[in-house]
Amino acid sequence: MDYLNIIFQEVYKILFLLVPVLVSVAMIVWLDRRVWAFVQKRQGPNVVGPFGLLQSLADALKYIFKEIIIPASSNKVIFILAPIITMTLALIAWAVIPFSESQVLANINVGILYIFAVSSLGVYGIIMGGWASNSKYPFLGSIRSAAQMVSYEVSIGIIIINVLLCVGSLNLNDIVLAQQNIWFIIPLFPMFVIYFISALAETNRPPFDLPEAEAELVAGYQTEYSGMMYAMFWLGEYANILLMCALGAILFLGGWLSPIDLYPFNLIPGALWLIFKILLLFILFALVKAIVPRYRYDQLMRLGWKIFLPLSLTYVILTASYLFYFNLLPTI
Amino acid sequence: MNISRFFKTILMTDFIGGLFIAIKEIFKPKKTINYPFEKGKISPRFRGEHALRRYPNGEERCIACKLCEAVCPAQAITIESSQRADGSRKTTRYDIDMMKCIYCGLCEESCPVDAIVQGPNFEFSTETREELYYTKDKLLDNGDRWENILAANIKTDNPYR
Repeated sequence: MDYLNIIFQEVYKILFLLVPVLVSVAMIVWLDRRVWAFVQKRQGPNVVGPFGLLQSLADALKYIFKEIIIPASSNKVIFILAPIITMTLALIAWAVIPFSESQVLANINVGILYIFAVSSLGVYGIIMGGWASNSKYPFLGSIRSAAQMVSYEVSIGIIIINVLLCVGSLNLNDIVLAQQNIWFIIPLFPMFVIYFISALAETNRPPFDLPEAEAELVAGYQTEYSGMMYAMFWLGEYANILLMCALGAILFLGGWLSPIDLYPFNLIPGALWLIFKILLLFILFALVKAIVPRYRYDQLMRLGWKIFLPLSLTYVILTASYLFYFNLLPTI
Repeated sequence: MNISRFFKTILMTDFIGGLFIAIKEIFKPKKTINYPFEKGKISPRFRGEHALRRYPNGEERCIACKLCEAVCPAQAITIESSQRADGSRKTTRYDIDMMKCIYCGLCEESCPVDAIVQGPNFEFSTETREELYYTKDKLLDNGDRWENILAANIKTDNPYR
């Protein structure tokens, strides 16, 4: 009986996190399209529900009722597994995101490493999807995507080292609490910019959406997918974008901390501040999508390996020497 | 790479400039309209769905001269005619295959009595092919429905013909 109680409690907690995340993913797709449309002076989706808010639900419904086509020459098991893996990995990373000091599903000591590991695994879903399709566009798209995600993960890792040097803990709650005096965006501003651009590349957003460059690769690794399986890729992609925004908010914008510790501001619950910061970052993501042209593949690799990697490594050395010289290294 | 280019790249001035332009554009009025709910302005010369008009006394205008049938480049129009009891020649059949029609407006221009016209209606999509074979009844019905607009359009466009 005790077992069952614990299981129910955990499932309840998980649902309490998962359902809002999924709903906000749907909303964020709407926001993305709307911002994109507004920059181009269009209306965007505004018919389904108030302001078109339910557009994503209508789209999801459409995907559910569509036929799932499995190519005859594909490796069926892996083909079906790929979108499931993508979506699962995008969602399980949310387990460690702290919404306030106590509101976190799994307050583990290696939270940031966990997120990093899970987002690195995300590339498997894409490789599997592209390869199992047994078709040229998905294959080329997945190769590009894999190379891109691997190269930008390196610079994201080094940027995270910068933050960890200042915090002295891998726990996401500790990272947030370390920013009580000053958000890391101020001392580590260049790292924030590089993090933002790397996050764009990591989540295959424009200007780095080469894996799905429709002019060259039809739809990249998603070409052979249809119906609910396509929708799962789509959900996973946006959940990943949201996760990257959340990580950016936690690492650089003080997570659930309010901007100033003054009377009207610290009444607002931390979760709201975090959501507000995630939204801010996401609107920046959406704006970038609207204004930049797509990178060429060699430019993308050059940016990742020849500019971001040396820059972030230099900054690690600078941060470390600064902290060491002024004896500011965090004590553990 | 010269110095100014270097700083431009490092500080991403072009990118930030573009970002501000994008934010400015967000608050400008939209160029598109909510189509099914509001519609754009249509010129009086607009060549939409066909209609056969009548005289104010209810007599149909068409005299079955078959100029439109002859001029139609897509050969979408089929006309049969006979003499009526009062000695006037009238059509017994006036069919337009709307799928063949290329909406060039030549039938309207060739008509000596302004009987066949193309109206402002462009929302006549159907679910079956059969519904797009327009018969005389359907065309006269269209004429009755759109007569006010059709007459006004012909009047506004008249000085330029």
